Amino acid sequence: MLDPIILIPAAINGLTMGAVYALVALGLTLIYGVLHIINFAHGSLLMVALYAAFFLYRLLGIDPYLAIVVLVPVFFAAGYALQRSVIGTSGQGRDQNVLLITLGVSIVLENAALYFFSADTKTIDTSYSLEVVDLGVALVPLPRLIGFVAALVLAAVLWALIARTDLGRAIRAVAKEPHGATHVGVDVNHVFAMSFGIGTACLGAAACLLLPMFYVSPHVGNVFVLIAFTVVVLGGMGSFVGALIGGLLIGLTESLGGLLFGEAAGQLGIFLIFIAVLLFRPTGLFGSRLA
Amino acid sequence: MSRAAAVTGVVLALAVPALVHSDFWVGFCITVLLSTLMASAWNVLGGFGGQFSFGHAAFFGTGAYTAAVLHVALGVNAWLAFAAAGIAAGAVGVVIGYLSFRYGLRGSYFALVTLAFAEVLRIAVGSVDFAGGGVGLYLPLQVGIANMQFASKAGYYYVALALGAGAIAVAWRLERSRLGAWLVAIRENEDAARALGVDTLRCKLQAITISGAMTGLGGAFYANYYLYLDPGLAFGPGVSVEVLLAPIVGGIGTIWGPFIGAAALQLAGEMARRILGDAPGLSLVFYGALLVLTVKFLPDGLIGLGRRMLQPRAAHA
Repeated sequence: MLDPIILIPAAINGLTMGAVYALVALGLTLIYGVLHIINFAHGSLLMVALYAAFFLYRLLGIDPYLAIVVLVPVFFAAGYALQRSVIGTSGQGRDQNVLLITLGVSIVLENAALYFFSADTKTIDTSYSLEVVDLGVALVPLPRLIGFVAALVLAAVLWALIARTDLGRAIRAVAKEPHGATHVGVDVNHVFAMSFGIGTACLGAAACLLLPMFYVSPHVGNVFVLIAFTVVVLGGMGSFVGALIGGLLIGLTESLGGLLFGEAAGQLGIFLIFIAVLLFRPTGLFGSRLA
Repeated sequence: MSRAAAVTGVVLALAVPALVHSDFWVGFCITVLLSTLMASAWNVLGGFGGQFSFGHAAFFGTGAYTAAVLHVALGVNAWLAFAAAGIAAGAVGVVIGYLSFRYGLRGSYFALVTLAFAEVLRIAVGSVDFAGGGVGLYLPLQVGIANMQFASKAGYYYVALALGAGAIAVAWRLERSRLGAWLVAIRENEDAARALGVDTLRCKLQAITISGAMTGLGGAFYANYYLYLDPGLAFGPGVSVEVLLAPIVGGIGTIWGPFIGAAALQLAGEMARRILGDAPGLSLVFYGALLVLTVKFLPDGLIGLGRRMLQPRAAHA
C-alpha cells in the first residue's frame, strides 16, 4: 500500500490540476449546452489567451492576475465576433461542418502562433510562482491554490449568470428551443454569439490563472482540448456542476493513475474514461442542465 | 473521347519518372499519390458513409508500426509485412467501428471518439519498448526490391502509383456497388435507411474496415519511404487532420475528389513555401484557412466548383 504521505499530496496535486481543467471546460460546456456544437478551437483560443497574458506581463509588466480585467472583455468580444462572422454562418444544418470550421480555425491559430512565436515553450517568473502554502497535510504551490479557488468562483459566477439574469434566461430558452425563443422576441443569433463570447471569455480568465503555474507554446492547446472534452462529456454536456466535478475527477485520475502505474497510464486513463463515457453513458454524470 | 483521355492519363502517369528528371518533383508526385490513397480511404467512410473520423491516425499508425516492427524486429519479408499492415489496420477499424457504431455514436460524437482512440494508441505505443518507445523507430537502409526499398525515387513512385490508382479503383467500384448505395443512404438519413431494411451497423463496419485497411497500407508505405517513425508522427492528430483535408477540399463523396484535393493542397503548400519561405507552420496556416473557406463556400469542394462552372456551357451545347 502506498503511504498517505505520498498519496495525499498527489491527490491534492490532482485536485488543483483538475480545477484548471474545470476552468477550461466551463466555457466549453456553456458553448456546447447552448449552441450544441463541439468547439475544436477551444484549445487554440486558450493558447492565444496564454500568449496574450504572457506578452502583457513581459512587455507591459502587467501581473497575470490583474490581466484578467483586460483579457476577459477582449476575449468576450473576440468570441462574439468569431461566432457571428465565421462559425455561426457556416453550419448548414450539419454539426460536422461546424466541427470542421472550428478545426480549421484551430489549425490556423496554432500554426500562426508557431510562425510568429516559434515552437519554444515560454514561462514567466513572478515573485509568487514558487511560493507554497502549507495545508497541514501537504505543501501546495500558491498559484495552484488560487486557480482552485478561482475555478469554484467562476463556476458560481457562470451559474448565477445563467440562472439569475435576463440574459441567462434568454440563453436557457435558446438552448432548449431556438425556434420558440425566436417567436417570443429573442434574437437567437445574438444569444448564440453571447454564449460563445462568454465561453471564450472564460478562457481569458483561465489563461491568466494558468500562466503563473504552467507554460505557453503554440501546441499548448492540445494538452487541454481533449481533456476539456473529456471533462465536459464526463460531467454531462452543458452542466457547470458537472464540468467542475468532472474536472476534479479527471485531475485525480491523472495524478493518482500516474503515481500508481506510471505517467503514461495517467493520460491513458483520461482517454479511456472519455471513450467509456461516450459509449456507455453519453449524458455524463449530471446530464444536461441547460438543454 | 473519354477512353482516349483515360489512356493518355495512364500513359502519362506511368511515364512520370522518365519525363520528370528532378527528384524533387518525383517526390512531390509520391506525396500526392500517398495523400490520395489516404484521402480516398477517409472518403470511403466519411464521404460515402457520412461518418467523419477525426482519428484516422489510429489506422495510419497501426499500419506503419506493424510493417516496421514485423520487418525490422521479426525479419518478416517487407511485402508480407506490408500486407499484414493493411490487415492489422483493418482489424483496428473493426474494433473501433464495432464499439462506436454498436453504441450508436453519430456525427460529432463519432469524430471525438475516433480522436480519443488514436490518442490511446499514441500513448500506448509510446510506452512499449519493442516499438522504440517515445524515441522512435529507425528502419535500417537495405536497398532491394525484397525489402521494399528502392535506389531511385522511381521505384517508390510506381508503388505509390499502384496504391493511389488502387484507391481510386476502390472508390469507383464502391460507387457502383450495393454497399456504396447503402452508405450514401446512411449518410443522407440513417434512420430512414434502417427503416428501409439497410443493415446500417454492418455497412458502417464494412466501410470503416476498408477505410482502415487502406489507411494502414498508406502508413506502411510511409514507414518504408521515410524509414523513421515515432508515436507522435504516426498516431498524432496531425495525421488525422491531413487525411481529412484533401477529400473535403477536393470534393467529399466523389471518386476523384481525394486526388484533386491532395494535388491542390500539395501545390498550395509548395507555392506558399516558394513565395514566403520555408517557415514552420506556414503551409498549415493555409491548409486551415482552405478548410474553413471550403466548408463555408464550396461544400462540394473543387469538384463541385468545376461542375458548376462547366454546367452552363453544357446546357448551351
